[in-house]
Amino acid sequence: MGLAKRIIPCLDVANGRVVKGVQFIDIRDAGDPVEVAKRYDLQGADEITFLDITASSDQRDTLIETVAQVASQVFIPLTVGGGVRTVDDIRRLLNAGADKVSINTAAIHRPEFVKEASDRFGSQCIVVAIDAKRVSQANEPLRWEIFTHGGRNATGIDAIEWAQKMVSLGAGELLVTSMDKDGTKSGFDLELTRAIADNVSAPVIASGGVGELQDLVDGVVEGHAQAVLAASIFHFGQHTIAQAKQAMQNAGVEVRL
Amino acid sequence: MNSKLVVVVDYGMGNLRSVAKAAEHVAPDHCHIQISHDAHEIAEADAVIFPGQGAAKACMAAIAEHNLTTALHQAANEKPFLGICMGLQVLMTHSHENNGVDCLNVIKGQVSRFDTSGLSEFKIPHMGWNQIHQQDGHPMWHGIPQDSRFYFVHSYFVVPDNSDLILGSTDYAHQTFASCVAQNQLFAIQAHPEKSAQAGLQLLKNFMNWQPKSA
Repeated sequence: MGLAKRIIPCLDVANGRVVKGVQFIDIRDAGDPVEVAKRYDLQGADEITFLDITASSDQRDTLIETVAQVASQVFIPLTVGGGVRTVDDIRRLLNAGADKVSINTAAIHRPEFVKEASDRFGSQCIVVAIDAKRVSQANEPLRWEIFTHGGRNATGIDAIEWAQKMVSLGAGELLVTSMDKDGTKSGFDLELTRAIADNVSAPVIASGGVGELQDLVDGVVEGHAQAVLAASIFHFGQHTIAQAKQAMQNAGVEVRL
Repeated sequence: MNSKLVVVVDYGMGNLRSVAKAAEHVAPDHCHIQISHDAHEIAEADAVIFPGQGAAKACMAAIAEHNLTTALHQAANEKPFLGICMGLQVLMTHSHENNGVDCLNVIKGQVSRFDTSGLSEFKIPHMGWNQIHQQDGHPMWHGIPQDSRFYFVHSYFVVPDNSDLILGSTDYAHQTFASCVAQNQLFAIQAHPEKSAQAGLQLLKNFMNWQPKSA
């Protein structure tokens, strides 16, 4: 017996609503973050991640309210990402009931922000999101770089060096998304996941590309991830979290059932 | 039954709202939950929940800054008291975190760091759902199946001098550590019951229903 690998459904929220259509058979309002989070909790989700995709920062109060509502009724860890730029953003999210915040672009603009955040709130609540894309040619050793703006803008930063730097600055966990795989439903970039997981001391969450249950198993077994994150595979009723847990257990992976 | 005041101690370290919300969610009708950093209110409380997050040194500094040392000692020795995560660790004599920090010394013992050298598959912090093996039929375990999983996030663990105080243990990185410690009317847990779904909610409910003999 020991620590279970985690399965984390990810929800996009904008203006207090879950967007990109979550479908459950027996749910009154699939856009209500509380209802959706409760349903995933019932299915056995180990954590829930909310990604705020609101374009403007003047909607932050709505996000805070959403987090507070979910946190008062769902008693598993909640991570919130999207537009986290200042220590005050983090403080407000944690006070509303978030357990962790995910920092992405702000860390690229100013890496010391990760240190300031972890010194202030503790590494346990600071997740750094890493969006990486393969830049090596077919005949070269594998190499990935950090990209911003949904994979459009290159930064020239090596993904593995960046991951190590983020952990040394206090990141308690890394959310690693392959920009090559995201949205393709063809599975995680397992080489990327493993290259980072094997080279940092902090836990790694694999993200981007899940199309079937075996992809989740592969993320843990082959990608060496401590947790796997997926969206559409769960949202559209294709599979439940419980089925995903069962698939992991059948493959010999320790899970919380 | 008389009404019961349960104070969640606020000393600026960690997610109290989560703890208070979870406690409110399962509180019996006669229990009233209040967040407070006031020593008098803690002294007035019928039961105390003592959460905590972050580093030991910062926690001890925050306790001193809020003048809560005496109130916490009194509460931990006299009334039903639930320590959570860092709220367990700072009850010990001494922590090895931050190059060594003297703690509250309510429970004799040390706080040590996981040794994962040469074990790259074991990450620090120990983060996620792990099992707690219950040592005996303590009332705080009522209705919680043996070896239930709770949510943990920590890099250090407690080592009480008196191993008889250990009421729950957990395995990580080829070590078995004390994940629950009890001493008279005090119960403290390394995991986060407020984030541990059904098992955690049941533990919080048990705490509010708990009537320790020595209290």
